[in-house]
Amino acid sequence: MSRQTSQRIAFALLTVAAVIVVVPIILVIIYIIIQGIGAINWEFLTAMPCHGMREGGILPAIVGTVVLTFGTAIASIPLAIGAAIYLAEYARDTWLTRLIRLAIINLAGIPSVVYGLFGLGLFVLFLNLGTSIIAGSLTLGLMTLPVVISTAEEAILSVPQSFRVVSISLGGTRWQTIRYQVLPQALPGILTGIILGLERAAGETAPILFTVAAFYLPRLPRSPFDQTMALPYHLYVISTQVPGMPIDVQYGTALVLLALVLSMNVVATLIRSHFRRRRQW
Amino acid sequence: MPSQPKISIRDLTFSYHGASRPALNGITLDIQANEITVIFGPAQSGTSTLLRLLNRLNDLIEGTTMTGQILLDGQDIYAPGVNVVELRRRVGMVFALPIPLPATVRENITYGPRLSGVQDRHRLEEIVERSLRAAALWDEVKDRLDEPANALSGGQQQRLCLARVLALEPEVILLDNPTSGLDPLSTAKVEGSLQELKKNYTIVMVPHSIQQAARIADKAAFLLMGELVEHAPGGELFTRPRDKRTEDYITGRFG
Repeated sequence: MSRQTSQRIAFALLTVAAVIVVVPIILVIIYIIIQGIGAINWEFLTAMPCHGMREGGILPAIVGTVVLTFGTAIASIPLAIGAAIYLAEYARDTWLTRLIRLAIINLAGIPSVVYGLFGLGLFVLFLNLGTSIIAGSLTLGLMTLPVVISTAEEAILSVPQSFRVVSISLGGTRWQTIRYQVLPQALPGILTGIILGLERAAGETAPILFTVAAFYLPRLPRSPFDQTMALPYHLYVISTQVPGMPIDVQYGTALVLLALVLSMNVVATLIRSHFRRRRQW
Repeated sequence: MPSQPKISIRDLTFSYHGASRPALNGITLDIQANEITVIFGPAQSGTSTLLRLLNRLNDLIEGTTMTGQILLDGQDIYAPGVNVVELRRRVGMVFALPIPLPATVRENITYGPRLSGVQDRHRLEEIVERSLRAAALWDEVKDRLDEPANALSGGQQQRLCLARVLALEPEVILLDNPTSGLDPLSTAKVEGSLQELKKNYTIVMVPHSIQQAARIADKAAFLLMGELVEHAPGGELFTRPRDKRTEDYITGRFG
């Protein structure tokens, strides 16, 4: 077989592999749109559910998921970025930092239902926060930490060392160098990591199952100590727990959740390209 | 009677982590104020290492060992309690490749002064103009101060990096092969500004070539494999070297 032929075969196989990756996601999106678009109307998006969730809207679940996503952001971002800066800029290679890194990798591998049980034990019961938005946000925040830390550290390490050396040589302290050179340049990567993490948190069911999610609560949450409905759990409930559920309501709910998560993805992409255009090196 | 040297290096030995021989071995060298001292030698001779020890940039590298002393105005810069940030303001550094910060021309100049707490806009404007004039760049960029610094040509960028150091009002300027990426015309401009600057500053430079060293050196120090072979006024060292190895190197017998 000539080199050109094997090159062509390899190229074809790689193309097929890449296409196969794309096909399922497109099919899922198309299928859910077709099945669910019929249920989407103004009432569905803005009204409370009624008649055992078979009619009315899903507003409390939408609001709940948005609130939980913000809560997760507040709970996880400062801690994650702080840890990422420490690991990337300050930590020397000692047994302690190796232990921290190992812990982060393992945190990322823990099944989400385990986070849910842990949140139940620590936040709901031991810290006595009850089944509440706070407990749910903290649980989701904990689950989000590893992915944000890893991507933020990666982004910080990818800032060329030469800028640090220049800043230090111009009389900058370590912290000034991080604050004025490293973080601004790492920001797009950090934001990408944050949004990826929040996206996952927004779509998770298991961690909120025991910590915040209400089965049926047809009103908006009133305080951080309130329970709330949330889209992923609501979807689970109406798909498995409610007999006689209209199929288009199920797919309509799935469509809203998908749209919410994908729009966060779009925002992440826009932010990245915005910063990339401004980048001046 | 000679005045006190600006920088005094005493029996300096320095090794990187895991290296088989020291990068610098027993260097003793005095550097006078208001002169251009050129430190040159073939690759791996320790010239850049020596330069980076003078403002403690090598602190950023882990696992190094050092003995001996470096005195600035008679003060040991490695003594405990020395303010390293302050030291780096007094001893500024220009690198081989121009590395403009990802910001405008003006912001590149004001970066250092701002970090040290200069806020006043008029004062910052003064600093920008004074530094750019001293680096012989003002006339070329005075209308482009708010453009990205990397829109300047390579030669302009390197003079910007020089201006950025001058904005700190240092006492000593270290230049690590500052014309390596420059065309002959830009090189001449940089060398020209150095001749002006030595009236007010102490300049220590690792040159691009032996020719450049001979052109601009008031004093020249020849390093080989981490050892100081010869240190003499430029005119002497490049015309009547005392050491055979210096002669072989500057006449191109090795290198």
